[in-house]
Amino acid sequence: MVRTHATTPRDNTSLFAVGGILGIFLLLALVIAGRAQDAAMEMHAWMFVALATLFIASLSLWAGGLGERNPFDESEYEDTIVKWGVFASMFWGIAGLLVGVIIASQLTFPNLFYFPELGWTNFGRLRPLHTSAVIFAFGGNVLMATSFYVVQRTCRTRLAGGMWPWFVFWGYQIFIVLAATGYLAGVTQSKEYAEPEWYADLWLTLVWVAYLLVFLGTLWKRKEPHIYVANWFYLSFIVTIAMLHIVNNLSVPVSLTGSKSVQVFSGVQDAMTQWWYGHNAVGFFLTTGFLAIMYYFIPKRVNRPVYSYRLSIVHFWSLIFIYIWAGPHHLHYTALPQWAQTLGMAFSIMLWMPSWGGMINGVMTLSGAWDKLRTDPVVRMMIVSLAFYGMATFEGPLMSVRAVNALSHYTEWGIGHVHSGALGWVGYISFGAIYCLVPWLWKRKALYSKSLVEWHFWISTIGILFYMISMWFAGITEGLMWRAYNQFGFLEYSFVETVEAKHISYMIRALGGLLYFSGAVIMAYNLVRTVLGHGEATDAINLTPAEQGVRPMLQPAE
Amino acid sequence: MSKEDKPVDEHSGIETTGHSWDGISELNNPLPRWWLIVWYISIGIAVIYMILMPAIPALPGLGTNTPGIRNASDRDNVAVAMAELNVERSVSSNALLGASLEEIQTDRDLQQFALAMGESLFGDNCATCHGAGGRGAKGYPVLADDVWLWDGTLDGIETTLRHGIRHEGDDATRFSAMPRFGRDKLLTSQQIDDLTEYVLNFSGRSDDTEAVNRAAPLWSVQCSSCHGENGMGDRTLGAPNLTDTDWLYGGQRDDIYSTIYNARNSHMPAWGDRLDDASIKALAVYVHSLGGGE
Repeated sequence: MVRTHATTPRDNTSLFAVGGILGIFLLLALVIAGRAQDAAMEMHAWMFVALATLFIASLSLWAGGLGERNPFDESEYEDTIVKWGVFASMFWGIAGLLVGVIIASQLTFPNLFYFPELGWTNFGRLRPLHTSAVIFAFGGNVLMATSFYVVQRTCRTRLAGGMWPWFVFWGYQIFIVLAATGYLAGVTQSKEYAEPEWYADLWLTLVWVAYLLVFLGTLWKRKEPHIYVANWFYLSFIVTIAMLHIVNNLSVPVSLTGSKSVQVFSGVQDAMTQWWYGHNAVGFFLTTGFLAIMYYFIPKRVNRPVYSYRLSIVHFWSLIFIYIWAGPHHLHYTALPQWAQTLGMAFSIMLWMPSWGGMINGVMTLSGAWDKLRTDPVVRMMIVSLAFYGMATFEGPLMSVRAVNALSHYTEWGIGHVHSGALGWVGYISFGAIYCLVPWLWKRKALYSKSLVEWHFWISTIGILFYMISMWFAGITEGLMWRAYNQFGFLEYSFVETVEAKHISYMIRALGGLLYFSGAVIMAYNLVRTVLGHGEATDAINLTPAEQGVRPMLQPAE
Repeated sequence: MSKEDKPVDEHSGIETTGHSWDGISELNNPLPRWWLIVWYISIGIAVIYMILMPAIPALPGLGTNTPGIRNASDRDNVAVAMAELNVERSVSSNALLGASLEEIQTDRDLQQFALAMGESLFGDNCATCHGAGGRGAKGYPVLADDVWLWDGTLDGIETTLRHGIRHEGDDATRFSAMPRFGRDKLLTSQQIDDLTEYVLNFSGRSDDTEAVNRAAPLWSVQCSSCHGENGMGDRTLGAPNLTDTDWLYGGQRDDIYSTIYNARNSHMPAWGDRLDDASIKALAVYVHSLGGGE
């Protein structure tokens, strides 16, 4: 099946479908805005009206200016959406990291960073803003952007669905705005990492199903005989997140025009559902999604074959089969029946090696190109991300052991564990991928400045180490203080004393976060100069497609 | 596809799987041996743990779940540990209930027990306001020095603990109320300025003799009934001594002005409603021991 470069006639179906869906939701939002039961719902309804109107207006203007041109031409890749995704990733990433630095400072110096006249700046409001901004806004946009890029290249076909990928991208940004403003206004269903209320959840469900269909559609019309391993990982991420999101957010709205809802599950069932969700959000959002990135960008950047096809199969299936059962380890020594705790721990231990399979495959892909660790800071960043991944996925099973968990649970150790994974693994593999993507997308010879990448790498690596080590220290200290008894069987320390003991660690943690944030700002500057074509980032127009890292879509399959 | 058809990677000499995606191919390396061995071991550990502990649910004929060879139960373990602790403590606890506060202080073993119990209780119930070790904070008295607003004896501390200060709903609570001289327009701001100088003068910190002289009659009428003619205070009313360097709400000119203007009538809850008798006694002994007990 050979396609020609000749312009195919434009199919407007997806354009009208996206416009129609937006129009329907715009009308719904108008009705809700007029009859809103509470201030938060009124704010969000009007906000949605404004954003949807903007979306429809831009869509109409853009479609009106098309003339005879077919924007969905099958002979070209859809790369503009990836460019937008890179921009969104950096924007939300820096915003989320900044909020992280602010709340770390609030914990360290509660007197200095307390603004009683601005209630929305309370730690309780800003904390979910930080977690959701870095996980879902930054991480989610990185995953969408890279998945759209990778699935097109490895399937040698344009994204399916015409206008639908754009609905996915902008629809997801609308969800982020609803979630973020909701946190500040105090709208929450009090489920960690799933705080947005029912209406935002419904909108995200719609967006996510569209994302799944776009991805599946692209796989369906691929021109390669096999599906590349990165796409298995992306697909498992998209499918599982859909399942987790829907089940954990099952709730009944108090009113269809009010922001509040009531959970379907209660008590320990609710806790178990929540941590089945929470644990697998880590597993399928922050692990399999970013392993997909690793499987494309590392071999591509170092220009070496993936180390072992067999390992990729075995660790993929074992990872997704075992991960989904490990959630109960978040509920050790609680009302959760003990048999469920046993299983959570057992599956976590079995999960260790399947997790490491991805690390081995990524690191060993460098065989024959080890010198790039020294010469290419982008490669170094991605390999160090795998080192952090390996460390965090060893620490995880360790902390799931009940005896260890008795010490580590509820302490800062958990925060340190999460951040070695988040800053080291998720952050670095994302930064590495974006450093690769920007010159490729904007057709630049190289990044504006390699030495700025070196600065970014070293500043943020020191930041991560400060963060991790201070939180280990604080966590183990407070864990030991909590369980210390005197000879009469009374607690040795009061709670406030254990908080006081963490002050210096908190200061070091905030400094670590500040360093990491500074690294991201340096990166953003470097990327902007790259897009503008400054420094070494001159136009790559004279390079061959292979030198640009770009292969034409129509080259025959190998 | 036969083996010979597959391309071989030049660097490693390993054959690839024969496919390439956007220039990426895959080597046909076997699973790393150490990886496989460690994985089998971890599966073995997990299986053994599942055999030992309560694990598999919903098997026919086995109740809700397999009990495990060790038949372990967190709930039972906690119940046993609590029972053991109660037995261990009951001798001392009963002795604490039966003894008077003075007896507790003179019996060395009992005193040690009461201090340990008091310290633990203090940390979780009192330190939030009074600070760790009773070091106090602005508005929350230091309990580790010998300055007492109400009473620093064992019995006095017990009364304060049991009934609180200005605690609504407890008839025996310690009570007094300083008038809000400024806010309720009992005095003009000029008069409050003068009284501020008068109070500062107790500790030799005023150089405005005219103001001090103007305030002298005001002091006699408005303040001396509680704080005393010479500002030494009155413990039966919880009126602080104003001649020393110890200031609960700050001793600067602005602080004193603000105190006279708004009054300070802070609260402490009555802990008799919340803690049992043994706990109250232990706390009284502990607070008394912090440094200033009388």
